[in-house]
Amino acid sequence: MADTSTAAPATGQAPGRRGGRKLANTAMRLASPLAIILVWQLASMTGLLSPRILAGPSEIIATAGRLVASGELITGLVVSFLRVLAGFSIALVLGILLALVSGLSRLGETIIDPPIQMLKAMPFLGLLPLFILWFGIGEAPKIGLVAFGAVFPIYLTLHGGIRGIDKKLIEAGQTLELGTFGIIRHIVIPGALPSLLVGVRYGLSVAWLSLVVGEQINASSGIGYIITYARDFLQTDVIVVCLLVYAIMGLLTDGLVRMIEAYALRWRPEVIA
Amino acid sequence: MSTLVDIRKLHRSFGGPAVLDSIDLTMAPGEFVALLGRSGSGKSTLLRVLAGLDTAPAQKLELPVRRSVVFQEPRLLPWKSVIENVALGVRRADARTLATQALADVGLSHRVDAWPLTLSGGEAQRSALARALVREPKLLLLDEPFAALDALTRLRMHDLVFELWRKHHPAVLLVTHDVWEAVALADRILVLDQGRFIKEIRVDIDHPRRRDDPRTSRIEAELLKELGVEPLHA
Ligand SMILES: Nc1ncnc2c1ncn2[C@@H]1O[C@H](COP(=O)(O)OP(=O)(O)OP(=O)(O)O)[C@@H](O)[C@H]1O
Ligand SMILES: [Mg+2]
Repeated sequence: MADTSTAAPATGQAPGRRGGRKLANTAMRLASPLAIILVWQLASMTGLLSPRILAGPSEIIATAGRLVASGELITGLVVSFLRVLAGFSIALVLGILLALVSGLSRLGETIIDPPIQMLKAMPFLGLLPLFILWFGIGEAPKIGLVAFGAVFPIYLTLHGGIRGIDKKLIEAGQTLELGTFGIIRHIVIPGALPSLLVGVRYGLSVAWLSLVVGEQINASSGIGYIITYARDFLQTDVIVVCLLVYAIMGLLTDGLVRMIEAYALRWRPEVIA
Repeated sequence: MSTLVDIRKLHRSFGGPAVLDSIDLTMAPGEFVALLGRSGSGKSTLLRVLAGLDTAPAQKLELPVRRSVVFQEPRLLPWKSVIENVALGVRRADARTLATQALADVGLSHRVDAWPLTLSGGEAQRSALARALVREPKLLLLDEPFAALDALTRLRMHDLVFELWRKHHPAVLLVTHDVWEAVALADRILVLDQGRFIKEIRVDIDHPRRRDDPRTSRIEAELLKELGVEPLHA
């Protein structure tokens, strides 16, 4: 998940540069990670780094190939992905509903905002034991943890976005006699969309993080289950492969939201340019 | 003469002294009225009441239902294309056709599908004008619509507004700081000061009005004096 933040600035500044310089820059940035991998590989081959502590890169690649070929990894991935999808969908619907109510009415804000601000302060991963007590050890606590973690960024950013809408545009809507629903539809929602999409991206990274934690406990399927199983047999190569899969999934879903963002916010000059 | 706008004893204050102090205002259908006044004299406050954006007690407040407003800023919705913005002004099945026509009227046929944030200041303001006029308003309220434009563009906008007024013939209330703008366009000029009209001038001069016409110069000088500005070449 940490890759998301380090990778973003590198690609973000790329368009402004010329091709050659960009390539040289990329090569420079790759040099250090490649050197680390090389040292890691050498350490593993010479026996300096025991596979019980951490498997070597070549071994990890081979294991990845084996896990993909056996179908184990894909099945686990699908299960994990469906958990994120379910949990995140709940968070999205709930977060948007709460933010709309609290963003559009003072009464709604008074009722909804304070408890959410309080719950937000809670270290939500610590809620897992409670979730297990409430929901048992099946899918529910895992999906619940994902939903619980992701709902806050979605609510907070959308609520802020709605509150931050230019009052002058609302007035323009009034003079055009759009009515309350017209103003919500044509002004409030599209105006708050940029904020919502930021929340969605942040919420997705929280969702994957919650899943990693939730799946370590009592999982009988999914990537987390593969990790737990591997731990019992000291298969560090399998653990690393699974962690990489989490990271890749995080990057892919983030990229998907970026694509949606680029389309939905194409009216912004920086996107047009 | 029939009246379109009839306001009696309109009063508005924001806690302190009255911003609008028992104002009377009548306008005939199709009449072009310019409203001048120092900064803070209550021009926008009056316009906002007429636009229905603000409520204030009055003995009588007779207004046409179909009203449109253009503000100093275009206030286009940045996430809708120019034509979608204009079409938002009317809720009819042929809104797009009407919007296309309205944009042609303001000379923006080539920018129909543009995003508002890519428009120049003048183009954005012309789109706002199109969005206001597509509603075929009986009363068009303009709050310093050209104040943010450069002098040359502003002069072109005067011609455009005049042309559009001739074509659609709404009553217009134009708030402005530009004395020549008022003299060039209006049938009647009102000066607001400390919540009251302190001056009313009828401008019975044929269009197009020329700035070197002694009659317009006289009115300009008179207004400037009323606004507390002594013209340099009086
Ligand atoms: N919502 C408000 N709350 C408090 N005071 C207000 C409000 N709106 C306007 N005022 C006050 O009313 C007075 C008149 O304001 P208004 O905006 O009508 O002036 P104006 O003639 O349009 O000035 P300008 O030429 O600078 O636009 C000002 O003193 C202003 O501070
Ligand atoms: Mg004003």
